[in-house]
Amino acid sequence: MNVKELKDVVIRFSGDSGDGMQLTGTLFSDTAALFGNGISTFPDYPAEIRAPQGTVAGVSGFQVHFGSSRMLTPGDYCDVLIAMNPAALKANVMWLKKDATIILDGDSLDEKSIARAGFKTNDPLEELGIKEYNILTPDITSMTKEVLKDSGLDNKAIVKCKNMFALGICLFLYDKPLDHATAYIRTKFGKKNPAVAEANVAVLNAGWNYAHNTHSFANTYTVQPAELEKGCYRSISGNVATAWGFMAASEKSGRPLFCGSYPITPATVILEELAKHKELGVKTVQAEDEIAGICTSIGAAFGGAFAVTTTSGPGLSLKSEAMGLAVIAELPLVVVDVQRGGPSTGLPTKTEQSDLMQALWGRNGECPMVVLAASSPSDCFDFAFTAGKIAMEHMTPVVLLTDGFIANGSQPWKIPSMSDYPTINPPIITELPEDEPVYMPYKRDEKLARRWALPGTEGLEHRIGGLEKDALKGSVSHDPKNHQLMVHTRAAKVAKVVDYIPEQKVMGPEEGELLVVGWGGTKGHLQATVEKMQAEGKSVALCHFNYINPLPKGVEKIFARYKKIVVCELNEGQFANYLRMNFQQFHYEQYNKCQGLPFTTVELEAKFNELLEK
Amino acid sequence: MKYTQADFKSDQEVKWCPGCGDHFILNAVQRAMPDVAEIAGRKRSEFVVVSGIGCSSRFPYYMKTYGFHSIHGRANAIATGLKVANPGVSVFVGTGDGDSLAIGGNHFIHAIRRNIDLNVVLFNNEIYGLTKGQYSPTSKLGKITKTSPYVTIEKPFNPGELIIGAKGTFFARSIDVEVDVTRQCLVRAAQHDGFSITEVLQNCVIFNDGAHAVFAKDKASRAAHTILLKDGEKMLFGANKEKGLVLDGFRLKVVTVGEDGYTIDDVLTHDSHEKDTYIHNALAAMKYPEFPVALGVIRDVEDKTYNDEVCRQVEEVKATSKIKCMDDLLNSGETWTIE
Repeated sequence: MNVKELKDVVIRFSGDSGDGMQLTGTLFSDTAALFGNGISTFPDYPAEIRAPQGTVAGVSGFQVHFGSSRMLTPGDYCDVLIAMNPAALKANVMWLKKDATIILDGDSLDEKSIARAGFKTNDPLEELGIKEYNILTPDITSMTKEVLKDSGLDNKAIVKCKNMFALGICLFLYDKPLDHATAYIRTKFGKKNPAVAEANVAVLNAGWNYAHNTHSFANTYTVQPAELEKGCYRSISGNVATAWGFMAASEKSGRPLFCGSYPITPATVILEELAKHKELGVKTVQAEDEIAGICTSIGAAFGGAFAVTTTSGPGLSLKSEAMGLAVIAELPLVVVDVQRGGPSTGLPTKTEQSDLMQALWGRNGECPMVVLAASSPSDCFDFAFTAGKIAMEHMTPVVLLTDGFIANGSQPWKIPSMSDYPTINPPIITELPEDEPVYMPYKRDEKLARRWALPGTEGLEHRIGGLEKDALKGSVSHDPKNHQLMVHTRAAKVAKVVDYIPEQKVMGPEEGELLVVGWGGTKGHLQATVEKMQAEGKSVALCHFNYINPLPKGVEKIFARYKKIVVCELNEGQFANYLRMNFQQFHYEQYNKCQGLPFTTVELEAKFNELLEK
Repeated sequence: MKYTQADFKSDQEVKWCPGCGDHFILNAVQRAMPDVAEIAGRKRSEFVVVSGIGCSSRFPYYMKTYGFHSIHGRANAIATGLKVANPGVSVFVGTGDGDSLAIGGNHFIHAIRRNIDLNVVLFNNEIYGLTKGQYSPTSKLGKITKTSPYVTIEKPFNPGELIIGAKGTFFARSIDVEVDVTRQCLVRAAQHDGFSITEVLQNCVIFNDGAHAVFAKDKASRAAHTILLKDGEKMLFGANKEKGLVLDGFRLKVVTVGEDGYTIDDVLTHDSHEKDTYIHNALAAMKYPEFPVALGVIRDVEDKTYNDEVCRQVEEVKATSKIKCMDDLLNSGETWTIE
């Protein structure tokens, strides 16, 4: 058997949503990460928890991209497809590279399964036109049953172990050890059900041995560890990083963290994660609805907590009125919107960037808010932290946009030290200043932030609310000039944040033919494409935005140095239009996609080459 | 030094209509606060009044405490977050029948379910006043309003039944003009550790004048058609306390003591601390003209509060966890080193 060395590999694990494909993929990617490979992952699962078995609608997938360098994307197309049934094969055939290897459970090639997947004939391989691919059909189910025939488990429990057989094959194929998966299984299931844990371990080993002994594979492959920066690493998903970033902001501000939230895909994991960390004083309220989610958080902010609320598009719609209350009450609050395909319920488990306009403008009245967007699973930590810092120091609500792709995806993350993060200094007032006979709740500092007087503090009793405020006293005011002043002041306060954020940067040549512009979660794909084209000597640069409102300084200077600008986003052109509004002097080309999927580097490269050649 | 009523009056001009029942309620609250503060050992700065939208929700502006006039229906949700985040303060909620039983109905029932320690003053005038006269969820069936010109066809909520049905731990009822009854209810409500609702039957002089007049218009009507419930005392009412409430099978029944064989021993004794909801619910449900309208503290039972339980969990986990700070968490679990 030959051992070939590869730079990077994309494996897609795919099966019924009950087949445990997310776990299988995670165990593989963690094993690769522990070995030192660069990794990027992309779970792709259906909205239904258990769609009808064996149907294309019920296929759940998990893609792992690992390699001997830093992986910026989970990969466009896969080198290896693990398909636990014909439906998984059918659902993923579009994601195969030309020379891909397919490992399909041979036991699933029965008439019933083939029919369930919606094939017209009894030969799915012929029907899909993939006969020339490298297809292996080990009888995974029956071998799993054989391994566990004396295990004492019932048939249902035995069949559930078959994903470990597939994992064993993959670990063998890519020269990876079984230790991590074995240890994980024993920790996860060992206590509750040692028999199930040992059955899974046995099947994992059987899969590895099968691949080793049968010589079904002409080659095995090694992928060298990536040359990553020295240090201690962990794997982190965007949602967990977001939760931890908030906790970090809480620690650095000394304000206890409060999260009022209502479960919604794909944001729920942030609430789940925060609910775990009571040891760091985090308080969570699983509210009765989205509105109560934000309103409990607004109440907590008034009470002196660093308050956050988490949601996705439909929930952001429901929170709109309360976001306006946070704006007029001038309380610190972070609203996370993990964007998904819309409108309405749309595509709950699929990614999109189509809530940008809603985040910027989706409220009644002149209602400006700071809007930030994270761009990778791990930088969700930094932007959650920054969102908290801005909210508390500028006394303003902040929208943090992430998306289903970076929220569910994970990557290795060099563990930061909290000493590298700045202290957060909210403008808390603890006693009545000498020059104020009574407390003036809308008096402002140099940031235009009002002060935060926490209930319980003597001498600072004051009233706030949703009615227009007197510019100083905070009492109700219907005075026309006061309203005009307050509208201007609220806008100026948000605009002033620009002085406290970094200048806009560009990756690549200082000037040139084509400037690729993106924002938020598309960064990995845009950067991978641009870097590849730059290596080929093409005049392409990337200007990627994390600060949306206010836009950072320096944007116009950058835009002016390139002949063409193309704005790429997973919507129909919301950021492009926002840029047109802010910087009318430039012409913006667009590349848009609304398929519930991330960009592929292939399609981006084709578009950029076309623009370069035009 | 004990606070006085004046200590709780803000400098804001009270802008309710002349003759509005809200003036009586504000008076009762401001009169209750010195006692409330004294009993709890609290400073004025430890009180927060939260409201939603509606006439009643102007309340925080008139109280010289911390205050938050929020958005329609959301006072209970905002107050919930405030109490969880800052459990050291005492939180009052001023709300109306539209604010808490229509647009904010969801938050209202879930606040009851959680038994979070808030004190709700529910102004029930059976009408939308601030939007000028549309029917509310407590408007009587068959009422003509601007949005029911051919009379309402919706059955009203009785707030007491709703609250007790949802296993509320505290429910009291008063009438706006009975300022001292309201004051007493509020003092008890503030002492209750849990979610308390004091419903005040309030007259809207402009859009629903006389809504409660059949039993509330003067002292004689109130004596004849309301009953003030007091713990340990017989449930008696009438000008000379000649009438009483007895249990007749599964139902309450009004009797005259000394007639039809009923003696004082047959008359029920009030116990607001009884955990079972049966009698409390029956008392809250009593309607004119068959029954007197029940006033006073109808239900006041102990149970765990949400805010205490949140804090308890946090403290328990803190005490046992090895993770004491973010650096601990960041380096916990599966990590690997690249040399």
